[in-house]
Amino acid sequence: MSKITLKVNGTTHTVDVEPSTPLLYILRNDLGLHGPRFGCGLGQCGACAVIINGAATRSCITPTSTVKGEVTTLEGLARGGALHPIQQAWIDEQVPQCGFCQNGQIITAIALLDRNPNPTDAQIRESMNRTLCRCMTYYRIQTAIKRAAKTMADASGSRKEVVA
Amino acid sequence: MTAFTNIPKQIEEQLESTSRREFLKTSGMLVVSVGVATVAGVDPLAGAGAGQAAGPYPDPDFRQLDSWIVIHENNTATFYVGKTDCGQGTGTAFRQMMSDELDIAFDKTTCIMGSTDVTVDQGGSGGSDAIQVDGWPMRRVAAEARRVLLDLASARLGAPVDQLSVNEGVISVKADSSRQATYGELIGGKRFNVTLRGNDINATAGVAKVKTVQELKMVGRSPQRYDIPAKVDGSLKWAVDAKAPGMVHARNVRPPVAGAKLVAIDESSVRGVPGFIKVVRRGNYAAVVCEREEQAIRAARQLKINWEKPANPSFPPSEKLYEYLRSATPTSSARPNVVGNADAAMSGAAKVVEADYEFPFQGHTALAPAHAMADPSNDQMTIYSNDMKSYGLRSGVAEFLQMPRDRVRVVWMEGPQGYGRTAADDAGFEAAFLAKETGRPVRVQWMRDEETAWDTKGPAYAVKMRGGLDAQGRLVALDYNARAADYNHVGYNEPDTVLIAQLMGRRRATPAAGGASLPSDMYAIPNRRMAAHVVSLPLVWETPLRTGNLRDPNGPQVTFAAESFIDELAAAAHADPVEFRLSLLTASTADDEGFRRARSIAVVKAAAETFGWDPRPSPKSPRTGTGRVLTGRGVSYSFRNQTVVAEIAEVEVNRDTGRVWVKRLVCAHDCGLVINPEALRRTIEGALLHSLSRALREEVQFDTEKVTTVDWNSSPTLTHADAPERIDVVLVNGDPNPNRPDLPHYGAGEAACKPGIAAVANAIFDATGVRLRRVPFRDARVLTALKAAGV
Repeated sequence: MSKITLKVNGTTHTVDVEPSTPLLYILRNDLGLHGPRFGCGLGQCGACAVIINGAATRSCITPTSTVKGEVTTLEGLARGGALHPIQQAWIDEQVPQCGFCQNGQIITAIALLDRNPNPTDAQIRESMNRTLCRCMTYYRIQTAIKRAAKTMADASGSRKEVVA
Repeated sequence: MTAFTNIPKQIEEQLESTSRREFLKTSGMLVVSVGVATVAGVDPLAGAGAGQAAGPYPDPDFRQLDSWIVIHENNTATFYVGKTDCGQGTGTAFRQMMSDELDIAFDKTTCIMGSTDVTVDQGGSGGSDAIQVDGWPMRRVAAEARRVLLDLASARLGAPVDQLSVNEGVISVKADSSRQATYGELIGGKRFNVTLRGNDINATAGVAKVKTVQELKMVGRSPQRYDIPAKVDGSLKWAVDAKAPGMVHARNVRPPVAGAKLVAIDESSVRGVPGFIKVVRRGNYAAVVCEREEQAIRAARQLKINWEKPANPSFPPSEKLYEYLRSATPTSSARPNVVGNADAAMSGAAKVVEADYEFPFQGHTALAPAHAMADPSNDQMTIYSNDMKSYGLRSGVAEFLQMPRDRVRVVWMEGPQGYGRTAADDAGFEAAFLAKETGRPVRVQWMRDEETAWDTKGPAYAVKMRGGLDAQGRLVALDYNARAADYNHVGYNEPDTVLIAQLMGRRRATPAAGGASLPSDMYAIPNRRMAAHVVSLPLVWETPLRTGNLRDPNGPQVTFAAESFIDELAAAAHADPVEFRLSLLTASTADDEGFRRARSIAVVKAAAETFGWDPRPSPKSPRTGTGRVLTGRGVSYSFRNQTVVAEIAEVEVNRDTGRVWVKRLVCAHDCGLVINPEALRRTIEGALLHSLSRALREEVQFDTEKVTTVDWNSSPTLTHADAPERIDVVLVNGDPNPNRPDLPHYGAGEAACKPGIAAVANAIFDATGVRLRRVPFRDARVLTALKAAGV
């Protein structure tokens, strides 16, 4: 066991755990953050995804001791009480069926739009491809990503106009 | 769209049981006066664990109105129903139906589901009957509550009921709207104390009649699903999140090969694991319990067990499965369904077509493995579970642990996809057993390889079809002969069939007979014989190839064979596949009970029209496409328990890689009166793509001793790259009088799972001229077939 310091959703925590423990169990069982969930423990499905240094990261295969940057989970996406535009698009499109995988879908979509604000259909398919949904909501997820991209582009356009 | 209701945190609602039970306790007797007791304030409970209420947990009495509906002082209502929502939005639909009958605004209502001590037992989910069957008692009790409230208002306002009007929870005197009373003022926080009638819960009714379809206001609209925001912002507490003070973690250790006998456990192999608490063993069931989750995972991997392999192979290897199914002696054969004389008509036919279809075992492979948390404190057992049939889990566990039933309860919480997996809730039984053994709250979760190998499977099928056409290309004889590997089909939370019971050796004397199904179309065929047989694999118990209900349990298999073959017959008759089907539907002159045939015709026509179907025979000649990609379209139709679906798939088939992409899907769907069109569309989209995944990717593979598909690489599923470019869902109401006041509402959770696989196979045939008769249509299989045909 050793003491590890983590910054998660803006708050710093120190936990005393076996350093190789996957980040997922620390987030869920020690920090009470339930957005990321266990799906496979193999990094294959994406249900456990969190954002670290802007990248969607599979916390089920990330040893806690290797985490260097700030961790953002599903719970940490809202700003000032407003949902992230991706989350809002998920509601507007009524994306989830059971919803269990949607943490990974949302986190992966945010990382995609952060690096590519206006992805093509092919880029969306490619970027999201390893994030699995067994209720098969892929069609709605892709629609919601396009909706969110447009919302974010409109918002950033209107901000620019104000500045101008 | 209507805005969301800001409901109290779901988990807090669930756990207010103490006050809820107190409220119900005194409502069991018939009391004439209304409103003596008040509802205690919500106790957010804080918890599970040592503070857990000790019970007992008697069943809420479905013949008491108070068991179903509570009106609060702030003029809101809570509906308590005995169902679970597996993600199709049924909870929202229940609120729409009940708020309509009660005459209260939808966003002033909440719905509590599936927790055995606070909601009546409607059996949880299954069979896509939530709206079709369970919706009726919900509507009737809500209508009864409205009637009682009108009586109360009549007394208070001094006006006869027929001179009162109701609008969104406010009752007014028609002639003087200043004289009014809200539901909250009339009964808020107090009991109705009204006894209902009905021999069983489905027949529950009061005196009041339900409204006509024309009077419904929320039904037919699309309020957003109330459960979605908490699933998107991370605030929902799922069953995987259940925690209790003192809770410990368990992991199972499964036999390395099917049917292995546990000889000895070397506990010293894990004593050094930090947090180790104990090894639990009964028969061939073994588990480790540790303080922390990662410790339990490590200990389960590290535990040394001496297993003895069975002497004989447990099953044929998957590549020889169909050979085995066709040659084995059936364990049972249903009496064939016969019309006319198929053999005689076949021998006189101008053309006879024969084909064999093969459909593998497919797993649920839920996105998250099975899980549950059980709390044994205070001599009771509370199981926090995503079991879609939570009531059955409660009864099953009570029997399994030999505890009084009223000391056991199940708190239902959301989980990954129901679809039948949790109807045999292995983890719920395991958590309860381990909690009893450990004396502490235990959370158990399966690992990925365990879930993919050992979850319940949809049965494999081998189907032989024969059909005879006359000289004019009319279908004069059809023979369907199916074999399903479904012996010892696992039931609903039975304490002698769940996996832990099997491994412990606590199994029933006689395995379940299982079932093999027949097509359920409305085709009129003069000579028809349909027969189906059940076949057993060599290993009957403790097998990872145990069958259970997988979303429309036999539908995809049967419909793949039946609707592929109809297409083969159409091709043999050089007929357009839509017109060929319509000719079979319109041929009958028999009484059309329930308008099944009329609705089938309307649905097939609606799909063709929406797609822009161009009538011509398949395959397309000459083949067309772009570059190495060929394109085609295929249709399929099915009927499930009054719900009709027709589907058309447009595919691209890559001649170099064998990859099939379903570019466009059209689905025409008739499930009678639609409660929430937008939620229904998404449920149908999910079912269509689930079916697509089963068509293109899914297959359980095994050697003679174990399942070898154990993760998402070896057990592939549909992915984002496979999603169609366009899906059109057409909601049809093919009832000859869609405006009749009593238009029924049918089920929709599974019907659209049926036709898709045949639609894809038919489209591949249309594009390439190659007929695929074995599921799934993975790239390599398609490529081999294309090459063999010289395409």
